Amino acid sequence: MAWYLVKRLLQLIPVFLGATLLVYFLVFMTPGDPLDALCGDKGCTPGVAAALTEQYHLGDPFFVQYFSYIGGLLTGDLGVNFSGREISDVLAGAFPATVRLAIIALIFEAIFGITFGLYAGLKKGGWFDSTVLVVSLVVIAVPIFVLGFVMQYFVGVKWGLAKPTVSGAADWSDLILPGIVLGLVSFAQVLRLTRTAVAENASADYVRTATAKGLTRGRVVRVHILRNSMIPVATFLGMDLGALMGGAIVTEGIFNVPGIGNQLYKALTLGDAPMVVSVVSVMVIIFCVANLLVDLLYAWLDPRIRYA
Amino acid sequence: MRYNRISKTLGVAALATLSLTACGGGGGGGGSDEAADGSAVITADTVEPQNPLVPTNTNETGGGVVVQQIFNGLVTYDSEGKTQNDLADSIESKDKQTWTIKIKPDMKFTNGEKITAQSFVDSWNYGAAAKNAQGNASFFEPIEGYEKVSAEGSTEDKMSGLKAVDDHTFTVKLVSPQSDFEQRLGYTAFAPMPSSAFKDMKAFGENPVGYGPYKMAKEGAWQHNSAIDLVKNEDYKGPEAAKNGGINFKLYQNPDTAYQDLISNNLDVLQQVPTGALGNYKSDLGDRYSDKPYAGIQTLAVPEYQDNWKGEAGKLRRQALSMAIDRQEITKVIFNETRSPATDFTAPTIEGYEKDLPNSENTKFDKDKAKELWAKAEKIQPYNKSQKLTIAFNADAGGHKKWVDAVANQIKNNLGIEVEGKSYSTFKELRTDAKAGKLTGATRSGWQADYPSMYNFMGPTFTKGASSNDSRYDNPKFEDTLDAGLEAKSTEDGVKKFQEADSMLLEDLPSIPLWYNQANTAWSENVSGVGTGWDGVPEYYKVEKTKS
Amino acid sequence: MPENNIENNDAAGRGLDPEARGREAAVREVRDTADTPAGSHQKDIGGPSAGLMMEHFVADATTTPVAETDSRSAEGAPVSLWRDAWRQLRKKPTFIIAALLILLVIVVALLPQLFWTENPSAASTQCLLENSNGKASAGHPMGFTAQGCDVYSRVIAGTRASLMVGLLTTIGVVVIGGLIGALAGYFGGWIDGVLARLGDVFFALPLILGALVVMQLPFFKAHRGVWTLVVVLVLFGWPQIARIMRGAVVEVRNADYVVSARSLGVSSLGILMRHIIPNAMAPVIVIATISLGTFIVAESTLSYLGIGLPPSMMSWGNDISDAKDAFRSNPMPVFWPGLALSLTVLSFIMLGDALRDALDPKARKK
Repeated sequence: MAWYLVKRLLQLIPVFLGATLLVYFLVFMTPGDPLDALCGDKGCTPGVAAALTEQYHLGDPFFVQYFSYIGGLLTGDLGVNFSGREISDVLAGAFPATVRLAIIALIFEAIFGITFGLYAGLKKGGWFDSTVLVVSLVVIAVPIFVLGFVMQYFVGVKWGLAKPTVSGAADWSDLILPGIVLGLVSFAQVLRLTRTAVAENASADYVRTATAKGLTRGRVVRVHILRNSMIPVATFLGMDLGALMGGAIVTEGIFNVPGIGNQLYKALTLGDAPMVVSVVSVMVIIFCVANLLVDLLYAWLDPRIRYA
Repeated sequence: MRYNRISKTLGVAALATLSLTACGGGGGGGGSDEAADGSAVITADTVEPQNPLVPTNTNETGGGVVVQQIFNGLVTYDSEGKTQNDLADSIESKDKQTWTIKIKPDMKFTNGEKITAQSFVDSWNYGAAAKNAQGNASFFEPIEGYEKVSAEGSTEDKMSGLKAVDDHTFTVKLVSPQSDFEQRLGYTAFAPMPSSAFKDMKAFGENPVGYGPYKMAKEGAWQHNSAIDLVKNEDYKGPEAAKNGGINFKLYQNPDTAYQDLISNNLDVLQQVPTGALGNYKSDLGDRYSDKPYAGIQTLAVPEYQDNWKGEAGKLRRQALSMAIDRQEITKVIFNETRSPATDFTAPTIEGYEKDLPNSENTKFDKDKAKELWAKAEKIQPYNKSQKLTIAFNADAGGHKKWVDAVANQIKNNLGIEVEGKSYSTFKELRTDAKAGKLTGATRSGWQADYPSMYNFMGPTFTKGASSNDSRYDNPKFEDTLDAGLEAKSTEDGVKKFQEADSMLLEDLPSIPLWYNQANTAWSENVSGVGTGWDGVPEYYKVEKTKS
Repeated sequence: MPENNIENNDAAGRGLDPEARGREAAVREVRDTADTPAGSHQKDIGGPSAGLMMEHFVADATTTPVAETDSRSAEGAPVSLWRDAWRQLRKKPTFIIAALLILLVIVVALLPQLFWTENPSAASTQCLLENSNGKASAGHPMGFTAQGCDVYSRVIAGTRASLMVGLLTTIGVVVIGGLIGALAGYFGGWIDGVLARLGDVFFALPLILGALVVMQLPFFKAHRGVWTLVVVLVLFGWPQIARIMRGAVVEVRNADYVVSARSLGVSSLGILMRHIIPNAMAPVIVIATISLGTFIVAESTLSYLGIGLPPSMMSWGNDISDAKDAFRSNPMPVFWPGLALSLTVLSFIMLGDALRDALDPKARKK
């Protein structure tokens, strides 16, 4: 087990290098000259353009740029973004809000997805099952930029149940509505996954065995059905933590969450490679760690699974 | 090429609103009868500034609107765009080339430092020098010695045309006469910075100190991506003294979001009703909004380097395109009357604007005439159908697809040619193509003035080699007329020449004027006295908080 | 903990607790019971393991209708898993409804001219602003968009692009992600390490960044359309299915029937293809059918950002994002393409459910 952990953590290094190289290269390849973005609406005078090119190493070949970034990274210096701010400051300022948002979304989709999925699966084909199917269809079929605005308008403005936008601090309570919006599509997926697995396991013979043994219904559902249904759901949730953070661009924009999504989108449109790479690097680490946790969880959910 | 910078609506910054960068505000009343609390802080919207808050570097809307509140210069503009003295005591010149500027005595920056003639000289020199890479450097272009300090790799940072005579007087020598030089001085790039700025500009940009109706509330008042807090500057003595206790600028990523906050009374003043709310804002807001034309225009540039749009046939075709667009209908249906149809290349708020200049009939909707012109062009040179007409826009700014689609549909319906929108994912990609002359059709473009002058709308867009001349227009006669206007002895003479130039553009249509921008400032139930400046930016200093 | 091989795991598993043991026994029992169709397909390689079966056998008989048992045995000769599944499927009403709906959507996609009242991209079709956001009227049953175009014809015309994006991306993701995930889960070790980490790298990349670059490659730039979008979505979407597949494979790779197959000398590939993948498909099918919808919607987000389909190409997603602004005053142009999208996704979800049930002998017994 310990060795497995060490091995997995060591794998982070090539993943990190691979991801940064790939992302840096992709940003380098994006169409348009970063200088045009830097100079903004008005264009720059040649003198200013030259000074900016030098300041942000825009004229250097790809590998020179990349290795100077990695070199800085090893000494703990991420450099500055196109706004002249320390990238480490930007990350420290923006990530907490996004992490809180993603956690709320994750908790929402886990609790409601699994509960609803469990009921739907146990009573497969019943009215509850059909109702949640329709609800999940709506969630899937309406893009988040429509859904988000509609919920913001009704819940936030019209009914006044929540603040329509997030205030500066982005407290947990402010993030509930955006978190739910962000988690909606995944909620539908968790629900369907749970339902399917539960329905499959509910008719399994060991469940009948357990019932026949005289175990209470609650215990049968909890220990035999639910636990055995959790592997695909856990896999999905582990993966989703990362996806939620990277996919929060639209949600953060609608609710004005001062998070990483907006920073990433801005950096992408500007062609600000060091900034994009820094954001993505942090995400890669979060991904790998979340996936590792899920893999550890497998063994708890199903004792037959062992680490090798 | 001699021209002055104006900001182009084609902006990354347009992610935010349609407001602009130039200095705003001015005198005039606008108080209300309700009991107002002069110490209450109002909330307003902007976007996270792209750069540190340095007046010589801030050229986008997000930071511009904040910089404008804390940095005033020699003059300010009133609501109609007329200049009035602020720090200046007098600005004089006999030949419009050598200017003598006297500043009021005993004026202070908000850190207590005295504002002297040297403060101006230092700030302008800093802004112009290439080594400082300031975004507004080109504003100093008319000053003698600019060429030297702005050259690539130049280490010089003193312009020979600037001289401080004594504590309160300095002279500016220009490379040639400029009749509208005084009008330009209200732009924030010309505001003075204290000496502390030049020691550490990065730190200064985070916690800027200037002279204006407001100042930063405290060290760290700029909470990145969240808010910027300003408080009233009690020592401000100019014409824009604040009637409220301060401004809390909330930084929005999305104008639609700001609108939601406004209608829930979480935001006091909204710069511009977003396109997403155009269908509902009248019923949502009652009378809590204003329509005011300001110095901005939307156009459609049609590059002449493409075969279909070359020469005489190209000119006829562009006229046909222009006449095939029913501006009245689009401004009504798509924009819900928040734009007004354009009939020239400047804007109605600008001195010298004339609604019916010669050739302005080219901007009137007339589909029969359009078809006729098109047929005439066909006889000269047949239209190459394989090069489909596209209208380029950048999708990262949002809000353009709607009108581009409408224009494309109208042209298709009225001329029977194939037209479609072409979306660029990023602003920089579109700019790179436009600058390289690689556009494959028309492109959206637009202008918003930095200072109120007709020249400001034409110089940078239509003169040869100008960086924003996307249609690659090249007409020496037009440029001579513009120069004559600049060198004219009186404003009236200048305006006449500029109108002449404007009319030439209406004939050639290197770009097709679509509509003038209007500021649709909106406000909450908690404030009164909200007005809009000549540049479309709300005059925050006039706003009074009546409820909290 | 030592690195155990699979057989040891199983032994360890047996020693754990009564519940776990019961579960395993149950799994085995399912494969072994003679009166299930499983008895005739390849899962039955393990052979009966004595002792643990007895109690279950009784329970089983009580829930299996006699008639069904009879009809099964009448089938006679062993049939393949897929053939058997097909036999199951044709009897299911949900499958029939889903199949008919999908057929309809496909026909609309292939032959839109049979359905629309006007060809929305024809030169003669005019979108007039005077009809902007107009209500439904004769000849225009769904009203008009903000640009004054006929909603109905646009929904019909948008079917092709939307369906292609959804379907092709789903197929691509399932094939590529499923294969990679199965290999990673089954072989474990360094193969798992490399493939899973590769997935992490791709999954961490922002879709927008990938789309920006891929769309710019010379080939794609010249042929911007459905295929470009599919390539981008598959390229950045496969790790999800791969992860799910890997998890499911890890779960079943130690099952007794797999162990038995291995001890009987069935090749790795044979085990993977014939035993593991069919048994691990359930969660993949669920995610894939839902993803079909999310891919169609992802198209609209990318198009909205200027990196999806060209604006001239009609799709449900494009229409939904265009109609967003007027939603409060005229929700219909969002509603209709949304409904079309929902029905399509619904029919694929129903199809997926039916398919999964048919592939899974446990669910079928009920």
